[in-house]
Amino acid sequence: MLKRKLDPLTLALRVLTRAAAAVTLCAVVFLIGYILVKGVPQLKPSLFALKYTSQNVSVMPALFNTLYIIVLALPMAVPLGVFSAVYLAEYAKRGNKAVRAVRLAAETLAGMPSIVYGLFGMLLFRYQLKWGYSLLGGACTLAVMVLPVIMRTTEEALLAVPDSYREGSFGLGAGRLRTVFRVVVPSAVPGILAGIILALGRIVGETVALLYTAGSSAKQALSPMDSGRTLAVHMYLLSTEGLHINETYATAVVLLVLVLGINGVSMAAARKLVKS
Amino acid sequence: MKHKQFAEGPMRALFFAAACVSIFFVVLICAFLLASGVPAIGKIGLFRFLTGVVWRPRNGLYGIFPFLLGSVYVTAGAILVGVPVGVLTAVYLARFCPKAIAKLLDPAISLLAGTPSIIFGFFGLVVLTPLTERLFGAGKSILTASLLLGIMILPTVISVSASALRAVPQSYYEGALALGATPERSMFFSVIPAAKSGIMAAIVLGVSRAVGETMAVMMVAGNSTAVPAGIASRVRTLTTHIAIEMGYAEGLHRDSLIATAVVLLVLILIIYFLLSLIKKEK
Repeated sequence: MLKRKLDPLTLALRVLTRAAAAVTLCAVVFLIGYILVKGVPQLKPSLFALKYTSQNVSVMPALFNTLYIIVLALPMAVPLGVFSAVYLAEYAKRGNKAVRAVRLAAETLAGMPSIVYGLFGMLLFRYQLKWGYSLLGGACTLAVMVLPVIMRTTEEALLAVPDSYREGSFGLGAGRLRTVFRVVVPSAVPGILAGIILALGRIVGETVALLYTAGSSAKQALSPMDSGRTLAVHMYLLSTEGLHINETYATAVVLLVLVLGINGVSMAAARKLVKS
Repeated sequence: MKHKQFAEGPMRALFFAAACVSIFFVVLICAFLLASGVPAIGKIGLFRFLTGVVWRPRNGLYGIFPFLLGSVYVTAGAILVGVPVGVLTAVYLARFCPKAIAKLLDPAISLLAGTPSIIFGFFGLVVLTPLTERLFGAGKSILTASLLLGIMILPTVISVSASALRAVPQSYYEGALALGATPERSMFFSVIPAAKSGIMAAIVLGVSRAVGETMAVMMVAGNSTAVPAGIASRVRTLTTHIAIEMGYAEGLHRDSLIATAVVLLVLILIIYFLLSLIKKEK
């Protein structure tokens, strides 16, 4: 290769881009590493005690509430999101006015800050419907929040299915609905799953939309109408109280591992789609 | 051979109805916020609400100007921190990155994108706040919030601008190389200008993320209601202001917080309008 002296500008740009990439990488490693290093040694059995007391600040009720909210929210958001995406990708004609309105609405929903969802959920479920602080109210709020996530990823997955699949199915005499459910949706399953799991990660990590809807009761919620804090809300309350700093680190580890694990599974599912 | 007949028509109607649910919720959210927010703004007076510098609900003073300013400062700070690092990282990732490093950098950016804001907030509280305290005597401040938000918007800025850079035809880069430019010069003076609108879109998305962020900012910004005096002063943004006081607000106080959310929403809609203009330019 030809060796030549680099001009200063090139050299500066080279150093800058490399430095920026290094800064990004360091930020991630430091952030995750710091939480893990400080938190992992604090993971004690008492943190996972079944009953919460202000001594053990157990994460179990919060974990259970998180699971409860997921079980309530996903059955609302998934069918709606998948059906909307099926309409957009398979039924609607391009440039249709209704389609443009739906897209604009989904983009608007996706762009709304979570505090706005929190206020909306509070006004509708807590005050208008008089549910008070309830897991169900929180779950409904989150279902609306993740709806655009599921819609977008599902639509992308459906659009990635080659047209020849559809043409083959039509050619064999299948109708549109049969084509969608027997041919298109089954081949888009990894992508749809990736979207659902991504939505799951959003639900687990959400704090502010739940603070004024599901509330912050430290107890395990028994009925959907009970108040209960999810793991993320628990983490927030612990860190603002500042009384159990070690347990806060440990809780951060649990939350981080949970959310990142969920996202990892989502990425693996999406990659499977690309490969197949 | 007779197959089970699928209900073609009703299912089509069902899909269409599902698609309309998003529209329904956008309208519902706006209706709820406006129904409580607009009368409150009417009572306080739009001008006094937006430009008032004193927030003292007990004395009937509802000025959100300090929080508007807080949102602007913190967001501007996040852009100053996050955009140069983000765009340069995107350049590196899109062109110069060896495969081995890409295998490290790509998942790292996904990790950052997936990290919940409460974890960022906690990290800011236990690491960044003491750090800025020692270095600049700032502690909980605009500076710390900007740094933290700068890190938080990195994944958005990087992934959107990297895909914009990758979408530029290869010939732009090769053409510049052929004219004798070094790889870096080709990238910065031929490819980046061609990807300008995509990079702008990345920045605007970063802005919207920074403006809307609540939890992380709340934990490191100090939350003072005074007009911020400098980058070391404690500050409240629109989002944190709502989240802090909603817990105990009642009557007009509560409605004034919802009115603050209306202002926030208008701000976000303006940002998205700008984004659509940028996209159209493409």
